[in-house]
Amino acid sequence: MADQNGSHKNVPKPSFVNDPKVRGIFYQLVVMAIIVAFVVVVAQNTAANLAAQNKSTGFDFFSQSSGFDIFFTLIPYDRASSYWDAFVVGMLNTLLVSVIGVFLATLLGFTLGIARLSNNWIIAKMAMVYVETLRNIPLLLQLFFWYTAILKTMPNVKQSFEWFGSIFVNKRGIYFPKPVPDDIFNWVILAFFIAIAGAFLLKHWAKKRLENTGQRFPVFWASIGIIIIFPALVWLVSGANLSFDVPILKGFNYKGGLVLPPEFMALLLGLVLYTAAFIAEIVRSGIVAVEKGQTEAAQSLGLKDGDRLRLVIIPQAMRVIVPPLTSQFLNLTKNSSLAAAIGYPDLVSVFMQTTLNQTGRAVEIVFVTMMVYLTLSLLTSAYMNWYNSRVAMVVR
Amino acid sequence: MAKNNLAFVRKDIIDESPAPNLSKGIVGWSKENLFSSPSNTILTIIGMALLLYILPPLYNFVFGHAVWPGEGVTVEACRAHGTGACWAYIDDRMSFFVYGFFPKDAYWATQEGFLASIMQYWRVNSVFAVGVLLLVPLMWPDLKYKTVNAILFFVVYPVFVFYMLKGGVFGLEEVQTESWGGLTVTLIIGLVGIVVSLPMGIVLALGRQSKMPIIKTACIMFIEVWRAVPLITVLFMASVMLPLFMPVGMTVDKLLRALVGVSFFSAAYMAEVVRGGLQALPKGQSEAAASLGMNYWKSMLFIILPQALKHVIPGIVNSFIALFKDTSLVSIVGIFDLLKTVQISNLNLDWASENQAITGYLFAAAVFWVFCFGMSRYSLMMEDRLNTSHKN
Repeated sequence: MADQNGSHKNVPKPSFVNDPKVRGIFYQLVVMAIIVAFVVVVAQNTAANLAAQNKSTGFDFFSQSSGFDIFFTLIPYDRASSYWDAFVVGMLNTLLVSVIGVFLATLLGFTLGIARLSNNWIIAKMAMVYVETLRNIPLLLQLFFWYTAILKTMPNVKQSFEWFGSIFVNKRGIYFPKPVPDDIFNWVILAFFIAIAGAFLLKHWAKKRLENTGQRFPVFWASIGIIIIFPALVWLVSGANLSFDVPILKGFNYKGGLVLPPEFMALLLGLVLYTAAFIAEIVRSGIVAVEKGQTEAAQSLGLKDGDRLRLVIIPQAMRVIVPPLTSQFLNLTKNSSLAAAIGYPDLVSVFMQTTLNQTGRAVEIVFVTMMVYLTLSLLTSAYMNWYNSRVAMVVR
Repeated sequence: MAKNNLAFVRKDIIDESPAPNLSKGIVGWSKENLFSSPSNTILTIIGMALLLYILPPLYNFVFGHAVWPGEGVTVEACRAHGTGACWAYIDDRMSFFVYGFFPKDAYWATQEGFLASIMQYWRVNSVFAVGVLLLVPLMWPDLKYKTVNAILFFVVYPVFVFYMLKGGVFGLEEVQTESWGGLTVTLIIGLVGIVVSLPMGIVLALGRQSKMPIIKTACIMFIEVWRAVPLITVLFMASVMLPLFMPVGMTVDKLLRALVGVSFFSAAYMAEVVRGGLQALPKGQSEAAASLGMNYWKSMLFIILPQALKHVIPGIVNSFIALFKDTSLVSIVGIFDLLKTVQISNLNLDWASENQAITGYLFAAAVFWVFCFGMSRYSLMMEDRLNTSHKN
């Protein structure tokens, strides 16, 4: 007994070299030293190279006038604007195509994912062929394809397709009438937001009533009614005026209105079709992951088909769907940088190509561009993490 | 007594009668799969209409009205109104699509015939041939000597490829990397990306799991920064900033810059895939390894990684597929990969016709599709074979 009690005292202390703690610190110091040495060498080389090329550094170029034109901008911009304005234009263009793209890709992706599980053979097979084709071809190639196809199939300016005398489609883009609201019209917009808030309250009330009394209320149709009728009433009563700036053919081109250039259409089309294929797979696996017993249990409780999907299947499927869906949204945003290849003026094209070529401030511009994407992706994943923690399974 | 006289009680069992005609064969199948309910019928009709709308024009473009290569087929045939894809153009430019600007062998370039057409590019073709000879047994599940084979393919083969294409030794004429092009370069970038990113990804994933704070932080930062930015900015950075990082006067090969960019980028994604596999393993495995007296590297190499990697084979192959598709982006920074050669050929006036560009892109899409789809099917097969769980 004495032996056993004393035994752990007699274990020889590991030698200094073999002590895991000492080793850990040693390894980390080595890694640290390598990283520091690498950074120092790179910094020295960069400084030396920049000095050798006689290039100035710093962020002062942001305030200089850019001197180049951008054909698609969301804010006023011309040659005299500063590089900072060009940067903002590029960033807004990236955000525009990403936001619209995420919305459309989600719609199409969910449709396709559900279609793949359809018990209709033709629909399921068509969705499968779509997914397997689109996701195995590089996005860049698809963008070139759509860009060429759009330019090829669209008519010349003189032979534009025309709808209602106000929407025109030709090789230069799609021309919409631009709404020009007067001052009173702001009330209508306000009414619209109030109606949306009202719809939310209605949903809340209907849910409470359902839980208390078991009576149903057609929330969806009622909400749509409110959202349409209330602003329309305000419009009529206030006498607000909404005029339209209709594009008109002047000389060789249409003037006025809103223009979506073919580069935008090709980029959006490519991004949406490509990302939808991935989202479809995510949605399918999410729905498949919900056990069959859940469906059967819901049926045995007497839930209608719609309620079964809405209250039992989808909430559980969303848990599986949301994390990979997040990364697809991020991917779409990052992939929108391929705009540079077909000439849509996004952040990379405007800032990392044109501005970099003109100013030569490689280090600063690459750094700023990367920070923008880093911020975007951190924001998206923060939001999605919050959503995810909300829908995550609560284990009881 | 009357019981026994019931005339309608059968004493022998009748044979199974055949299923009614309406529930078997094509009719039964389509009743079940196409017309099971009114809404299903509507969907079927919509689907049929879509197919009728899409398929005939597509078939006519790709096959029916297409111009196929042959004796005396010139660009005039493709310029005729209403023709479909101009496959004769692809056939004519094929060697450019595959070999880029790689110089022809001096002797064989003067010869005629099928053998000469292969021997003109014998250096590139031998690279292809050796690659297939090493890859097929590596992917064939039942063959032995996998370790030797893997070392040959992942370590020896890249060296062989480099010297065979670059030349300058063994009496081979030196060929600058600027002259490499086409499918060759696409496959090279894919191969290098795979060879570098998998081990690098594993190391990064292990580093991220490490208990040493500095190593852990360094790995997390590396992974997250690369994953947050688009590949195209990485490639721009590699092509603009790598030269700045080098000592003054030293230049970095253009292809090498792209290789570094692509490899690091996919290593970060690979690290996350591998981490998923590491996290899925129960802790008992590493504790069991430790209790057997294994040190860190032994337990990783023999216990943890084999199981973790097996878990994430689909994820790894997905990364490979993404990597292979992403190689097309190097065309933006001026490297002549398959897509770039197609784009350049599309501007070639000798074959200028209405459908030239679309045909070129269709061809490139088909090539990429075959590789990517092949990889995904292969991973499905391996997943089945390696599935040792007893769930199913």
